[in-house]
Amino acid sequence: MTDGFFAMGGYAAYVWPAFGVTAVVLAALLLTSRRRLKASEALLRDLESARPRRREVNP
Amino acid sequence: MSWWHRLASPTRFMSYSAWVLPIAGWLAAGCIGVGLALGLFASPADYQQGETVRIMYVHVPAAWMALFCYSAMAASSAGYLIWKQPLAELATRATAPVGACFTAIALVSGSLWGQPMWGTWWVWDARLTSALVLFFLYLGYMALAEAFDDPTRGGKAASILALVGFVNVPIVKFSVDWWNTLHQPASVVKLDGPAIDPAMLVPLLLMAAGFTFYAVAVVILRLRAMVLERKIQALQRQLAEAR
Repeated sequence: MTDGFFAMGGYAAYVWPAFGVTAVVLAALLLTSRRRLKASEALLRDLESARPRRREVNP
Repeated sequence: MSWWHRLASPTRFMSYSAWVLPIAGWLAAGCIGVGLALGLFASPADYQQGETVRIMYVHVPAAWMALFCYSAMAASSAGYLIWKQPLAELATRATAPVGACFTAIALVSGSLWGQPMWGTWWVWDARLTSALVLFFLYLGYMALAEAFDDPTRGGKAASILALVGFVNVPIVKFSVDWWNTLHQPASVVKLDGPAIDPAMLVPLLLMAAGFTFYAVAVVILRLRAMVLERKIQALQRQLAEAR
């Protein structure tokens, strides 16, 4: 298996893990960061609907 | 108000970052997509390194980002310690995990290249050791920032660590020139121009641009979350007092 694209000239065991680790780490960081933002957006919406802003009641 | 005071206002940040975020995200996806296509398919194998040269397309941009994120953290820490900008302190916190991830990618991908090319996963040469120190500085910053019950004290202590740790950045960068390292010296950022063929330089620079836009997008995501979390804490205090 030293020919073909996925064989990477016999270095597949080094090249693909390098790209794989990069993809997994960057995707995991992106998803956890997004989840944290979505969670705080949802919590803030709940809090603001629980307590109507004074400005809106009495402009 | 000077321009950086305006940029550092949380309200203004929430409005302009909502515009910048999708732009940075799409630019990141585009640059990384084209960079990967060129790096994996269009660019040639190296005459010495063979196909392992393709590891460079993630390793080198990740290592650049490791230094860039830390430099940004040192700058925002200075902004916090000198001008007391609270958003600057949050920006340092938001950048730290991004820099730590890029440093980890640089270390792991470098190791995966070192084994077939140098015959070893790891050596304690100046470049590899200082890059490992950089990784621990990121971890130390994150641990210290969260170590206090009072976030202001944690922020101040961690900002000082981020600023002092900046001495390591030029050590990482110039370690290959100052000491005899197994790691090769710079071949792109050089005074006499890059010593690398355009067929390899173009995908490398595209990946670097993509990683930069990715970092901008993720820092904005995290910073927006932190600004909202502070707002939530303030609202919860108000609700508790009203009861």
